[in-house]
Amino acid sequence: MSSLKGWQDLPLATTVPASTSEAVQTGQWRSMRPIWDEKECIHCLQCWIQCPDKSIKANADGKVTGVDYFYCKGCGICAAVCPKKAIEMRPESEFIEQ
Amino acid sequence: MPRKDITSGNWAVAEAMRQINPDVVAAYPITPSTDIPMRFSEFVADGLVDTNLVTVESEHSAISACVAASVSGARVMTASSANGVALMHEIFPIAASYRAPIVFGLVNRSLGAPINIHCDHGDSMAERDSGWIHIYCEDGQEVYDTTIMAVRIAEQKDVLLPIFVCQDGFITSHCFEPIEFMDDDVVRKFIGERDPLFPLLDVDNPVAYGSLVLTDYYFEIKRQQVEAMKHVEKAYLDVAAEFAKITGRNYPLVDKYRTEDADYIMVIMSSAAGASKETVDRLREKGHKVGCLRIRLFRPFPAKVIVDALKGAKAIAVCDRAASLGAPAPLFTEIKGALYDAGIHIPANTYVYGLGGRDFFPHNAEEAFMDLINKKMSPEERYLGLRE
Repeated sequence: MSSLKGWQDLPLATTVPASTSEAVQTGQWRSMRPIWDEKECIHCLQCWIQCPDKSIKANADGKVTGVDYFYCKGCGICAAVCPKKAIEMRPESEFIEQ
Repeated sequence: MPRKDITSGNWAVAEAMRQINPDVVAAYPITPSTDIPMRFSEFVADGLVDTNLVTVESEHSAISACVAASVSGARVMTASSANGVALMHEIFPIAASYRAPIVFGLVNRSLGAPINIHCDHGDSMAERDSGWIHIYCEDGQEVYDTTIMAVRIAEQKDVLLPIFVCQDGFITSHCFEPIEFMDDDVVRKFIGERDPLFPLLDVDNPVAYGSLVLTDYYFEIKRQQVEAMKHVEKAYLDVAAEFAKITGRNYPLVDKYRTEDADYIMVIMSSAAGASKETVDRLREKGHKVGCLRIRLFRPFPAKVIVDALKGAKAIAVCDRAASLGAPAPLFTEIKGALYDAGIHIPANTYVYGLGGRDFFPHNAEEAFMDLINKKMSPEERYLGLRE
């Protein structure tokens, strides 16, 4: 509790700075991680369109470049919609650093 | 030059609104406050104000629109009564915690049922814990003057709270009496421009209002509102002093009428103070040392000045135009608490009067004063003007 602010240090009027959700690492919620296979990808952008968290990264040429793991919650929609099965969902436990 | 006109309490509010020229008025009509938005809508139609008048489908929407406009940075006013006020209830604490300095013409009327359009204070007393400033006015002049002062008090940076300017339904709102109006430019200079703290329209400094907080921060935000209330008395006194310099009209926190040497004091609010003061004069002529203390500022409750005014009395009669069913009446409870905190034990009678607009006559006031003079004191609630 000690990290919480007292009433005199809080902004007034219930206000908080806007756009603070950009700083929230929703990727921490993820239990399954999408692994993108660049060699299989045909850049149809179905995953980019369907991702609810704007976590599929694409460049100005319309090419998929990877996954933004800071925000990706691991819902698996990208893997489900991929016509080439170029995205595989794998458990986060495989990526725990020893 | 200030001008005098014969007008009503409601029209006086509307005239103040015309002079204040608020950015937004969102209102829904309800008797007896209907005259306020109705008259003001004529000013809008005639192009006399720049106000965006938002005509909504309910009081709940009216106050919701007011809150949104106020936190956007607009100067906002509205009016309502009774069940309209009750329908707004959900939004009142939100307005207060968003620190939205809305100025509200509250025309006191009984809450149904039974349905009744006449005055008592049950509607505003039900909002006494909603976080708004409450000022109760005795007559139309005071309503006009207070509406203008309210803009400044509410918008003061260390206050930033919404404010009810209460007047008695029909008695004050519809009776025509001479009222002195200030010049438009004097009013506009007095109120100045609103300088909002966190306007939503300031896109360079974006904020969010009313985010979810749970056990972590709710308590702290309420504590901030407690602090804001502590600044109201000083803000009020500063604004009232400046107002008095311009108009010559003084509005202290409480109106002390012949209380200085009084043995017996009646404590009362709003228009009924007239009958009380009249009775004070009559009883003084008969040699009774009586006085009347009218409470103007009710939230925050100015306990210290009230105790100072009452501490020399032998007995007091507290008159409430509202009942707290199953408990002592609201004003009486506050007065008792203030005296207790000051360590003063004055015998006090509690009277409820005027519910549903029942007239309060000088003989009703005399009945209460004579109880004090004849030492007929008891803690039981008494009723003035009620048929047993």
